Amino acid sequence: MTSLLTDEIRSWIGRTAEPLRFEVARRDIVKYAIATEQTDERYLRGDLAPPMFLFGADRPLVPITELGPDGLRPENLLPELPLKRVMAGGIRQRYHRRVRPGDVLIITRGISNIFEKAGSSGPLIFVEYTITVTTEDGTPVMDETQTRINR
Amino acid sequence: MPDINNIKIGDTLPERQHTASNVSLFVYNAAVWNPHRIHYDERYTTEVEGHPGVVIDGPLQGDWLTQVVTRWLGEKDELIEFEYSNRRASMLGETLTAGGTISAIDGNEVTLDLWIKNERDEVTTPGRAVARLSP
Repeated sequence: MTSLLTDEIRSWIGRTAEPLRFEVARRDIVKYAIATEQTDERYLRGDLAPPMFLFGADRPLVPITELGPDGLRPENLLPELPLKRVMAGGIRQRYHRRVRPGDVLIITRGISNIFEKAGSSGPLIFVEYTITVTTEDGTPVMDETQTRINR
Repeated sequence: MPDINNIKIGDTLPERQHTASNVSLFVYNAAVWNPHRIHYDERYTTEVEGHPGVVIDGPLQGDWLTQVVTRWLGEKDELIEFEYSNRRASMLGETLTAGGTISAIDGNEVTLDLWIKNERDEVTTPGRAVARLSP
């Protein structure tokens, strides 16, 4: 199989985006808890964030005019890939500290790997991101590896 | 609430069913600020991206897996590790079932094998979690 991954694409492995500052609001926790059908009152009151509350928090917010025809925001930490359709792959998280309203978090995202596989309906490109979440004083909150699949 | 002295490998956690709706997917994608059209625009999803229907978000299924664990744990127990992999897409209209079993016990740390199955009993999203139980 001819590789879809050029040297230019591979050169992105190891790059890191500008860290994001994320202020945790009780109302956002409540919205997330309702949307995910939580039953724990601590989440529904917004006293404590569910484990996956920070999903998506690593992505910058951009104006609607910058969203693509698929609705997705442009990926600022990804080279141009020959496969355009995007799917979620999976996530691995390690939690160090619970997240509560009022927390101010620093979220850093980098590309830890880009690789390809033959899928049942054609080639797939896997992009693996490493996301590190700390408090402002550097206390670890969560480490995450996230996989995005282009097909 | 699990008692570390009264659990064993192979014990099952309570299952829970989830049937996403257009409204629940809209609310979830608004909450995580995900504007990807495959989660709300059926015509685009089928005609342009080639899915058989509106796609239930993979991370939403991941969250449902965390809840298999957090609903089982007591308030002082801690989820310390969690992972899942979206192996098969699930579409709006499907009822998914989330569940899990205890696969290892090491001191007060319990490893759980987790799964989401579709109505055809296929595992769409396997997962794994490690929780630390309070004494």
